[in-house]
Amino acid sequence: MKKRDRTPKTYTRLTHPLVRDARDEPFRRATWDEALARAADGFRRTREAHGPDAFAMLSCARATNEMNYVAQKFTRVVMGTNNVDSCNRTCHAPSVAGLSAAFGSGGGTSSYEEVEHTDLVVMWGSNARFAHPIFFQHVLKGIRNGARMYAVDPRRTSTAEWAESWLGLNVGTDIPLAHAVGREIIHAGLHNKAFIERATTGFDEYAELVEPWTLSLAEKVTGVPAAAIRDLAHAYATAERAQLCWTLGITEHHNGTDNVRALINLSLLTGHVGRYGSGVQPLRGQNNVQGGGDMGAIPNRLPGFQDILDAAHRVKFERAWGAAIQPRYGMTLTDMFEAMEHGELRAVYCIGENPAQSEADSEQAIRRLAALDHLVVQDIFLTKTAEMADVVLPATAAWAETDGTTTNSERRVQRVRAALTPPGEAREDIDIICEVAARLGHDWKFADSEAVWNELRALSPDHFGMTYDRLEEHQGLQWPCPDLEVLPSSFLHGRLWESDPALRGPAAPFGLVAHDPPVDLTDESFPIRLTTGRRLDSYNTGVQSGGYASPLRRGEYIELCPEDAERYGVVVGEEVRVSSRRGVVVAPVWVDPALRPGLAFMTMHFPDEVDTNQLTIEANCPIAGTAEFKASAIRIEKLPVAAVRS
Amino acid sequence: MTAIPLGVPRRLVEFTLDGQEARVPEGATILDACRAAGKDIPTLCQGDTLTPKNACRVCVVEVEGARTLAPACSRKAEAGMEVRTDTERARHSRKVVLELLASSVNLSTTPRAAEWIKEYEAKPDRFGPDAARVDEEPRVDNDLYVRDYDKCILCYKCVDACGDQWQNTFAISVVGRGFDARIAVEHDAPLTDSACVYCGNCVEVCPTGALSFKSEFDMRAAGTWNEAEQTETTTVCAYCGVGCNLTLHVQDNEIVKVTSPHDNPVTHGNLCIKGRFGYQHVQNRD
Ligand code: SF4
Ligand code: SF4
Ligand code: FES
Repeated sequence: MKKRDRTPKTYTRLTHPLVRDARDEPFRRATWDEALARAADGFRRTREAHGPDAFAMLSCARATNEMNYVAQKFTRVVMGTNNVDSCNRTCHAPSVAGLSAAFGSGGGTSSYEEVEHTDLVVMWGSNARFAHPIFFQHVLKGIRNGARMYAVDPRRTSTAEWAESWLGLNVGTDIPLAHAVGREIIHAGLHNKAFIERATTGFDEYAELVEPWTLSLAEKVTGVPAAAIRDLAHAYATAERAQLCWTLGITEHHNGTDNVRALINLSLLTGHVGRYGSGVQPLRGQNNVQGGGDMGAIPNRLPGFQDILDAAHRVKFERAWGAAIQPRYGMTLTDMFEAMEHGELRAVYCIGENPAQSEADSEQAIRRLAALDHLVVQDIFLTKTAEMADVVLPATAAWAETDGTTTNSERRVQRVRAALTPPGEAREDIDIICEVAARLGHDWKFADSEAVWNELRALSPDHFGMTYDRLEEHQGLQWPCPDLEVLPSSFLHGRLWESDPALRGPAAPFGLVAHDPPVDLTDESFPIRLTTGRRLDSYNTGVQSGGYASPLRRGEYIELCPEDAERYGVVVGEEVRVSSRRGVVVAPVWVDPALRPGLAFMTMHFPDEVDTNQLTIEANCPIAGTAEFKASAIRIEKLPVAAVRS
Repeated sequence: MTAIPLGVPRRLVEFTLDGQEARVPEGATILDACRAAGKDIPTLCQGDTLTPKNACRVCVVEVEGARTLAPACSRKAEAGMEVRTDTERARHSRKVVLELLASSVNLSTTPRAAEWIKEYEAKPDRFGPDAARVDEEPRVDNDLYVRDYDKCILCYKCVDACGDQWQNTFAISVVGRGFDARIAVEHDAPLTDSACVYCGNCVEVCPTGALSFKSEFDMRAAGTWNEAEQTETTTVCAYCGVGCNLTLHVQDNEIVKVTSPHDNPVTHGNLCIKGRFGYQHVQNRD
């Protein structure tokens, strides 16, 4: 096996503002004054020349709620547009869209503790043991307490090893599988008729929709044995309490929202939602994806997840902020990149995101970013995206150098606290945004993060009961928490079980979604299905996790099953050319028996070494805008001997 | 149906503790009652996030009518029980335990060990200088944590934390029996060849410093470890949406180790490799 340097690039903290007069010039160090003035001038010029919608904010799902609140306020009040979004678009936007369509609220419905006291856990498209290890400890507690777990995943992951049964489905066949489970439940008469009658709509259409998905047809399409599908259907329907959890295996598809709806249908069919121990739980990938959306850093919702199209909500915010809010949705991250292509989007304020490396089809993303008139990046490192900017503003690390709050996957808002003095002249995100706002004529006086939080509390009923003091006292509180005295319930939508229709509120509609296979079809030239995911010790594009020495880290590989490795005549460590219809990378081979013939696996943790996103396809979910990271068609070729790097 | 089931309400148990009336919820241990009453009893193998193993016996108390001393950490309080925590017999037993332990194990980094040895007038040196059980060099085989079994009191906490109580990785076990028993990973291999996933949850529970963060180990070796100068700040991990709580131990504006609050509903004192060790990127300052 050839030795090669597998140490990921380490990034050094940004300590001073950087500016440049032209993109082909190197950066030079600037004073804060100059950098802020340049940032603001560019935004002003863009707005004057092309209108407010030529501006977009990429807010940060790793920063605090308070920063996200201020970032969306900047977008809406200072720039006058709703073009604000973040990387939730690349992961869990379908969960938010699917959950809100069914229940009117985009949060997971249960708490971690409930997983310890449930009877059945379905982990669908989620290798939680690697991607959400401490959540998985709660699952393991549940298993030790007698819960049974079913794992639905194309790979036999380390999560699946704990399962009673592993349903190894073909990539992109989640809807057929879910529909077959639904049909089986109905045919066995195991659906919760009383709940369906009272709390849902569209059951008859749903029953008709799933009717063709017999176990044998589903077996053919999904690759999962009929008996295993039947077993899951019966176990889920007859469990007294059941948790249905999913992650990016469900959402990162061109029809991610439909996938989410297909799973939620199963919870509606069985009444496994809105009760202690029964619920649906999307596991979030970034520390504050939940909070970023809750704070309104998304194009369709005001803080507190309040719909922009609702005039009453707009009026409330317009009064509080003294500014008009556009009565229409802004652009999603996906729309933004398309608008860059067409020259409609001219200026971007990018806080803590790294789209140049995290977007699917990364070469295209870079080309589009380069076409902007004005790019301001605020980050703790000079990322690939920051390297493309006109102005770079050094920020503090949100979790260790900043005060505030974040919201986790169980909707728990928790206090984040500064423990370190930031390096050089780095400043807190809120402080920087307010300085830019001031230069554009908006003088906001926030004494500290708590002042921001209190402004949000006053506008978001779901957060009103969460003062900093209470968050401290209770080690975080879960929303909705409208009351200053009462402690919130750990789960959502208990209302669905009320017998009084007035208390029950709107019914939850079944989602009538149809199977739609992956866009990037495998064929003779691209015979292998590539799916992507995370490893335990690394994270996203590696910018943070590259900073520590992990004994588990072995760099990027293309993982194949033993049969495929043999078929291609390749061995562990041997470098191969991996091509998709969009790009080509060279990567060494790893053999993993968790995979099946025709299925390969890679991560995007080491983009400087192997840029996996050159292979992935930008086929987006039309509702949520998430790309199909999980299903590319690729081909693998042995390299001629001379080409093997030594 | 929005109410959360609370389970059967817990009754209170009444008993006497050193002659005083004590009331604790059913299921509480004598140790819980002592701590609630502000009584200090030495403990080593007890862990607040783990099922008691009562391996060390340093916490023993006298229960009226019982033939043997009872480990306070695991014995549940019962109605009408009469417990004495500070009798001659209990003190003597603790003294012997401390003498045996301190003579065979290096307790230099065990919090409070020196204080208890003094309080109970333990004389570890009466067993002579050769009582050391393991007598081996610390094992430094990776960048994240160090194993120094000279300090191990065989309390099994790390085995439980790595095993079925929390992590379920089962990388750590006990090899050998009796006097030869010792903590190891499979085949006594380097950590890097084991199933270890570097969550550090064993380090979190180890009471003696036999397992320690490499950062702490190196600083102690260099003589720069200074707990008095350190601040502890609890914040939230930024690596995934679970939202684990991290306690950052900071000395001279550097994170020197990361622990996790034990009473937290998200983490219960546990973390994964990223939360525990993935902090360096913020302090790569030049
Ligand atoms: S290594 Fe530490 S935790 Fe493990 S048995 Fe020894 S003293 Fe206990
Ligand atoms: S410690 Fe691990 S499981 Fe917990 S939040 Fe951090 S990355 Fe997620
Ligand atoms: S602390 Fe009670 S037996 Fe060790």
